[in-house]
Amino acid sequence: MTHQLAPQADWQPSDVQRERDEWRRRRTVRSAAIAAVSTLLLLGTLGGAVVSSPGWERVRETYFDWDKAVSSFPAVVDGLWLNIRVMVVCWLLILVLSLTVAIVRTLRGPVAFPLRMLGTAYVDVFRGLPLLLVIFLLGFGGPALSLQGLPTSPLFWGGAALVLSYSAYVAEVFRAGIESVHPSQRLAGRSLGLSYGQTLRHVVLPQAWRRVIPPLMNDLVSLQKDSGLIAVLGVSDAIRRAQIETALDFNYTPYVVAGVLFCCLTIPMARLTDRYARKKGYHGAGGHL
Amino acid sequence: MSELLRLEGVRKSFGDNVVLRDVDLAVEPGQCVVLIGASGSGKSTLLRCVNLLEVVDDGVITFDGRDITDPRVDGDEVRARMGMVFQAYNLFPHLDVIGNVTLALRLVHGVGADEARTRGLAMLDRVGLAEKARARPDDLSGGQQQRVAIARALVANPRLMLLDEVTSALDPELVGEVLDLLGELKAEGVTMLLNTHEMGFARDVADQVCFLHDGRIHEQGPPGQVIDDPQQERTRAFLSRIRV
Repeated sequence: MTHQLAPQADWQPSDVQRERDEWRRRRTVRSAAIAAVSTLLLLGTLGGAVVSSPGWERVRETYFDWDKAVSSFPAVVDGLWLNIRVMVVCWLLILVLSLTVAIVRTLRGPVAFPLRMLGTAYVDVFRGLPLLLVIFLLGFGGPALSLQGLPTSPLFWGGAALVLSYSAYVAEVFRAGIESVHPSQRLAGRSLGLSYGQTLRHVVLPQAWRRVIPPLMNDLVSLQKDSGLIAVLGVSDAIRRAQIETALDFNYTPYVVAGVLFCCLTIPMARLTDRYARKKGYHGAGGHL
Repeated sequence: MSELLRLEGVRKSFGDNVVLRDVDLAVEPGQCVVLIGASGSGKSTLLRCVNLLEVVDDGVITFDGRDITDPRVDGDEVRARMGMVFQAYNLFPHLDVIGNVTLALRLVHGVGADEARTRGLAMLDRVGLAEKARARPDDLSGGQQQRVAIARALVANPRLMLLDEVTSALDPELVGEVLDLLGELKAEGVTMLLNTHEMGFARDVADQVCFLHDGRIHEQGPPGQVIDDPQQERTRAFLSRIRV
């Protein structure tokens, strides 16, 4: 027994306690058995329903063709590499832009009014516009401006659309985090002689950051997938490459390959995030009960 | 002028609610001045006005010979020379104990990391918590947290300590450890302005006791007078209520 350590060496569980332990053990075994059987039943039924459907043979050939999967894999992976690069670069820019907007929106005082208004207008507009629309507008309109010094590649303008659209959402996540830090923390910082900026940087933001990690990661996962939307501009990312592969013989397996690959990116990311958040002391608002 | 701190005709209101009216008060170096009075009488607001966490509506606060209510005064610089301790400790939960104590030394007073750490550890030793330097505030008892908060406020050698109901959130058994520490600080010559409901402490340690009611100082003087022989009817009524 693990709980019979040195300080408790003279303790033997009473009959009542032994009976309780035994009952808990039996209940745990029974619960696990029920869960296992019901899970198998459910998955088996669903799987059976799909496999025994009249069109299954055709669906299997069109969507789950192993040879097609293998032959299209290199092209899709190559496209995915572009998605990953777009995502990383955009995410860094989004963090900088959104944090700036969030800080501006939490400034007080009449001097900051124009900045606050600008921040609010930006968030309102870009949260209101569908992402696909922003991609179309910037992706085709941006290059048409022929601005000096700015590239005309659809990759650049598609990325810009992602950054502008996502920053509006992420700014609100940051703002919620900043405003969730109790005012008494600012008070304590200022009473020590820290300036407004020092208090923000060393007292408020570290606490806010910790609280918004889960929603931030939610947006990062979402960005991973939405980075595929720039395919509409003709950028050859994973989705576009899968589409090209599909067009060869009208076999849709490459789409499934792309889907699986996207999941392979996002699921480990979610697990990593959970671990990072816990390490940073995040246990969720409800605690453990 | 020998006073370290002087309030003259200080007035503060929040909307239509006048919290302080025509407050006059003086604190001399090394003195301990205790504010007493019912909840809502303006004690905390008075301390926050002195710390420039609130802007007064009228009147003058002179600290160290300078009018700090002048809007041209740099509030951060003034606050850096005062230490403030709050009822709810307000420790920074994302920093460990030594991080809490040394933050202002490093950021405000320009002390290098090593020296800040040495001074922080010495101060923690002073409040009896040297072995807790790496602990998180949440892992400490209320009394320990409040002692850390006192160390954090004291580490930069402030001219004046402001203590806002520092024992009100503590269990009775923990109140003693914090009050003992304050008594020791007083003996070391630390100037303190504080508010409390601990009349025993006020009687033992205070040089001056001020009774606030409805934002006004109704009575002030040595504790033997204000607490044991109050002249004002309101003071008597307040003291009889809290002595049940």
